[in-house]
Amino acid sequence: MSPRPIVFTNARLVDPASGYDGPGALLVEAGQIKEVHRGNDLPSVSPDMKLIDAAGALLCPGLVDLRVKTGEPGSEPKETLKSAARAAAAGGVTSIVVQPDTDPVIDDPAVADFILRRARDIGLVHVYPAGAATKGLRGKGMAEIGLLHEAGCVYVTDADRPIVDSRVMRRLLAYAGSLGTLVSHRPADPWLTEGASATESEFAGRMGLASEPVAAETIMLERDIALVRLTGSRLMVDQISAAEPLASLTRARGLGLPILATASINHLAFNELDIGDYRTFCKLIPPLRGEQDRMALIDALASGLVDIVVSAHAPAPPEDKRLPFDEAAPGAIGLQTLLPALLSLYHEGHAPLMRLIDAVTLSPARAIGSMAGRLTPGSPADLVLCDIDAPRIIDASTLVSKSKNSAFDGRRLQGTIRLTMVEGRIVYEAAA
Amino acid sequence: MVTIAPGIDEVRARTFPFPHRHFLNAADLDPVQVAGLLDLADGFVTLNRQMNKKVDLLKGRTLITLFFEASTRTQSSFELAGKRLGADVVNMSPRTSSISKGETLIDTAVTLNAMQPDILVVRHGSSGAASLLSQKVSCSVVNAGDGQHEHPTQALLDSLSMRRAFGHIDGLTVAICGDVLHSRVARSNVALLTMLGARVRVVGPPTLMPTDVARWGVEVCHDLKRGIAGADVVMMLRLQLERMQGALVPSMREYFRLWGLDREKLALAAPGVRVMHPGPMNRGVEIDSDVADDLDVSLIQDQVEMGVAVRMAVLTSLAARLDNR
Repeated sequence: MSPRPIVFTNARLVDPASGYDGPGALLVEAGQIKEVHRGNDLPSVSPDMKLIDAAGALLCPGLVDLRVKTGEPGSEPKETLKSAARAAAAGGVTSIVVQPDTDPVIDDPAVADFILRRARDIGLVHVYPAGAATKGLRGKGMAEIGLLHEAGCVYVTDADRPIVDSRVMRRLLAYAGSLGTLVSHRPADPWLTEGASATESEFAGRMGLASEPVAAETIMLERDIALVRLTGSRLMVDQISAAEPLASLTRARGLGLPILATASINHLAFNELDIGDYRTFCKLIPPLRGEQDRMALIDALASGLVDIVVSAHAPAPPEDKRLPFDEAAPGAIGLQTLLPALLSLYHEGHAPLMRLIDAVTLSPARAIGSMAGRLTPGSPADLVLCDIDAPRIIDASTLVSKSKNSAFDGRRLQGTIRLTMVEGRIVYEAAA
Repeated sequence: MVTIAPGIDEVRARTFPFPHRHFLNAADLDPVQVAGLLDLADGFVTLNRQMNKKVDLLKGRTLITLFFEASTRTQSSFELAGKRLGADVVNMSPRTSSISKGETLIDTAVTLNAMQPDILVVRHGSSGAASLLSQKVSCSVVNAGDGQHEHPTQALLDSLSMRRAFGHIDGLTVAICGDVLHSRVARSNVALLTMLGARVRVVGPPTLMPTDVARWGVEVCHDLKRGIAGADVVMMLRLQLERMQGALVPSMREYFRLWGLDREKLALAAPGVRVMHPGPMNRGVEIDSDVADDLDVSLIQDQVEMGVAVRMAVLTSLAARLDNR
């Protein structure tokens, strides 16, 4: 039985697919967007419809987050698929792509099946697996990319681990490209980054922390760009983080190479000084960079050089975080703070709202071949209703994730999620 | 009944209101606090040279030394300091191998904290460990070395040694030589010496220098001879022998040739130069025995003696802030 049709009235529609940002109404029926009405034009309302008065709030496509870690399977105390899905719904994220570095690794179609089945049972948001690029994420033999693709993996990656062997990377790109499978790779020279827990700088030197230079990212990205030229295959650069590799990316774009790039919200919101007095919630991979790098990253996002923003959601329980900085697990949760943190770039005048929304909706949806991410009749009714001005102070203890390691704890942000809808069903609604 | 050492009143007169609950970083101190600590430590030096060294400034207090990294001199120095002040001292050296890393630090500290110690002295291989621990316990925490970050009592004892040898620190040229990158002693000394008005040079190969070290307010020199030219104090740092593996330096003999301190290189320093080393020394690697053992030049034995006095000053200052009920 399909739920009642829903009409959103009095909304501020922001649709990256059409470029429309203005008042409007939207009719949802049978899990799809049925009608989009701009201006004061209203759909014909029948008594069986549920009316939602947006009161001027932002109504845009639900967020598509391409980089989420949960602990399932293997480390359920960190986060389960269910708790991650609940956090996503509460954050206006309607599609998540889970990383393959689980236990067991998603290098077998059976594990992808397991995740898809669990996600169906949970039934909150869309959950897609990313498959391993190499067997066991060991960077040597190629994983069964074709079978993983058939099983529903939306791209392949070795997650945090760089693929060191250039020959493996070349073959991976060539092979995956022929199947139409996207490869995602985090550029990091393994030797320059070994043992590092901060970015190389005067600050890290004073803190006595082992550090990695930005060059570690640039070197590996330059290699990857050369391999894309060689193979002609698509590559997604995972979490570009600094000005120097952005210059490499600019050059690659100039050559017309099929390279997408993501940035994590953390690297757009924080810089190296946020690790402060050894604050492990800000220990990340890649490490937080200098302020100039952060500003360059924001500019690259605004200009579209960086296509996609991810939450890089990485839950870690206290026992993994309440440790000396160099022993603490890296990563921070981010599903629930992605949209408000992104909106702060709009409120601070760094980037246009349309581009920011595009970077978390249409661009990532296109990258994985999803029909979500747009307010187009016929596309899935994955929507988020957000009061973009409402101020709030993030209190990590109130976040939905099982782990509370939010780098935004205590931060003042603007943007409250009022309602999240997935295929026409309301999966989250803020208490009135 | 213990008789109290004569001269205690003179030491007591030198105590001053110390504003910190923990003693974590040299960089957290200001020149007035440093001068106060050094004056107090000077008083303890006199006391420590008497037959009866026992005072009651920490009577009834419990001091725990928790060393996750092996150390003979620092741990025994803190132990002696605590005992001479009349505290009960317990030394712990948990083997990091027996329990998984990290668990040991917080879990052990919280367990020990429940036994109501007054002061916890901690050494750990990770930068920031002492600071982390200070947030989790109710007693005072003294940093006895955290990773590559700070070793503040070492810097204080180095300053005391210099002040006693030269009468002042202001205006001295101090060359800190060797593996600055991995040295917490160097970081604490740079912080303290620059604060006290010394001209500090850091000297060593670029592979053993922290990033942008020039912005620490020091001169940087990649040539030992030029680096120690005209220096009043030459402070040699210990070269961890495992550094040979990571392509930081090629070999011990090359290191000694280029960066080791011998009589010939030392001749370039200022007349009356004094040589220091935080210990333990690698003789024939960073320092020639001929220099290390020359009592006219070497302050190395003084440093060890000052260590006990400085730690007594730090413990006394912290204890004065503790609840007295």
